[in-house]
Amino acid sequence: MSKVLVIAEHNGAALNPSTAKCVACAKQVEGAEIDVVVFAASASAVAAEAAQISGVGRVLTVEREENDPAIAALLAPQIAALASSYSHVFGPSTAFGKDVMPRVAALLGVNQISDIMSVEGPQRFKRPIYAGNAIVTVEAPADSVVVATVRTASYPAADGGNSATIENTNIDAELPTHTRFIEVQTGQSDRPDLQAAAKVVSGGRALGSEEKFALIYKLADKLGAAIGSSRAAVDAGYVPPETQVGQTGQIIAPDLYIAIGISGAIQHITGIKDAGTIVAINKDEEAPIFEVSDIGLVGDLFSIVPELTDALD
Amino acid sequence: MEKILVGLKRVVDYNVRVQVKSDGSGVETDGVKMSINPFDEIALEEALRIKERGEASEVIVLSIGTADSQQQLRTGLAMGADRAILVQTDESADPLTAARIFKAIIERENVDLVILGKQAIDDDNSQTGQMLAAVWGRPQATFASAVSFDGNTARVTREVDIGLETIEIDLPAVITVDLRLNEPRYVKLPDIMKAKKKPLDQIPFADLGVEAAPRTKEIKFEPPESRQRGIMVEDVAGLVTALKDKGLV
Ligand SMILES: Cc1cc2nc3c(=O)[nH]c(=O)nc-3n(C[C@H](O)[C@H](O)[C@H](O)COP(=O)(O)OP(=O)(O)OC[C@H]3O[C@@H](n4cnc5c(N)ncnc54)[C@H](O)[C@@H]3O)c2cc1C
Ligand SMILES: Nc1ncnc2c1ncn2[C@@H]1O[C@H](COP(=O)(O)O)[C@@H](O)[C@H]1O
Repeated sequence: MSKVLVIAEHNGAALNPSTAKCVACAKQVEGAEIDVVVFAASASAVAAEAAQISGVGRVLTVEREENDPAIAALLAPQIAALASSYSHVFGPSTAFGKDVMPRVAALLGVNQISDIMSVEGPQRFKRPIYAGNAIVTVEAPADSVVVATVRTASYPAADGGNSATIENTNIDAELPTHTRFIEVQTGQSDRPDLQAAAKVVSGGRALGSEEKFALIYKLADKLGAAIGSSRAAVDAGYVPPETQVGQTGQIIAPDLYIAIGISGAIQHITGIKDAGTIVAINKDEEAPIFEVSDIGLVGDLFSIVPELTDALD
Repeated sequence: MEKILVGLKRVVDYNVRVQVKSDGSGVETDGVKMSINPFDEIALEEALRIKERGEASEVIVLSIGTADSQQQLRTGLAMGADRAILVQTDESADPLTAARIFKAIIERENVDLVILGKQAIDDDNSQTGQMLAAVWGRPQATFASAVSFDGNTARVTREVDIGLETIEIDLPAVITVDLRLNEPRYVKLPDIMKAKKKPLDQIPFADLGVEAAPRTKEIKFEPPESRQRGIMVEDVAGLVTALKDKGLV
């Protein structure tokens, strides 16, 4: 009998959509009972959200001052302490999950399964390697706990409408003081979140400057889209790092992805393989991005993008 | 601090478009260009800069793998590392075993700081640094885009999904690096010559007294589902029509 523990990702006030995606993956583990655990200073709001996710049996809350904000070195021993009553421990393959889950796995003496794209059996999973150029089916050792991250782009969020029970739990794990949170700087914007957005407009090196990137913002605003970028655009300082899409940035699955002045390096493509429709605008008709695009337009972005923005009135 | 230890993994070069073998037993690596994992070059560059600022006295590079990894270690020495260690295994170690090997070397060498890549671009695991921090019982600062030191503490800015997070950690500690931390230097020819004389210790895995972790079995490899090339439109009007047809605008 499988029992899956899903680690909730949240910001103290609201649940991150990655959690419902992890639950969707957990539901693929046959006959699994699914619990979600919320680590927070005060967990009630987040726990109430988690309790609505379909498929969740119980929501556990672990309330400690030290859990706000979440720090991997402090969370890991608490998660490891809970893990003994579970066959699987899942977290999202977001920056949060990638930071904490391997630390949990090591405390439990197992390797982690990174980026599950499908569940093939209780210990058997598919995952991408080599920037998504190969898919490998892996099998975790029998009789050992499976610690894994879920590739969020592979799973639509599990539905709401549930009302799971919420239970408060105490864990006495001694927590280290060697790691201290200082601050987080976020490029505050009212634009949609890149992970959650249905539409993403993404700009590359071709934009040429931070100022000219305004063209991308204008089009995105028209579409109600989130902003994405290539590594080259981030490295050149046109846009902040959290907009980078790709192997080492964010892996996303919007309904519509518009790549503008992006060549389509494998490291970039791997971040958008699960998009519904890919549109490419590039002046080079040989650009590899066209090989994976559903709709391609060859031409100069500096005339096409303003024209497109106007045409969408 | 005294010693910094840097991981250098030998991986298929990032420019190679990797192919799955037709029998599904693995990916084609015969005759394929191999390099230092790009994140590990950034890790080494950072270590060298810390040493050059006078904040550390020695930079040691460690690779776990077959004898072929000597090439990547020599490149690391040419970049400026002082010494290299190769822990010899038949194949590359899984992340937990690699973490245990790093810990064994840390104990031998009394290391103050370990800098690793945030992920190896072959298996895309992104585990080893976090696991090392766990088995060592020390802080981890993953996905670093800026690092500075004040005595026995480090301040690390991390690339996270919502922006940049800054944390403070006590040394000894593990840092894993992201792309924006620095731009690695190029190796110059005279440095390659000099690197040949720098020490490169080889230690068979069996001599370390490290227990290998239970291994995740690789059952089969397959190519990804490929996306089909779609249509080309002539102009903006054509694009808008195509988007409307799909109900996207
Ligand atoms: C370890 C590693 C990890 C990486 N991870 C990522 C990642 O996560 N995400 C990522 O994106 N990259 C990543 N990269 C980088 C990747 O290899 C490419 O270098 C990068 O994606 C290129 O960005 P680009 O397409 O914007 O720039 P370029 O490749 O320079 O392409 C610019 C494109 O713009 C077109 N263009 C120029 N002017 C115009 C114009 N006026 N109008 C229209 N089109 C124009 C050109 O034809 C060209 O196709 C990684 C690389 C490494 C080594
Ligand atoms: N076999 C190895 N040899 C040297 N360093 C390694 C090895 N495996 C992992 N590492 C280090 O750990 C980082 C993360 O690797 P991974 O967890 O496999 O994605 C790499 O960037 C290296 O710095």
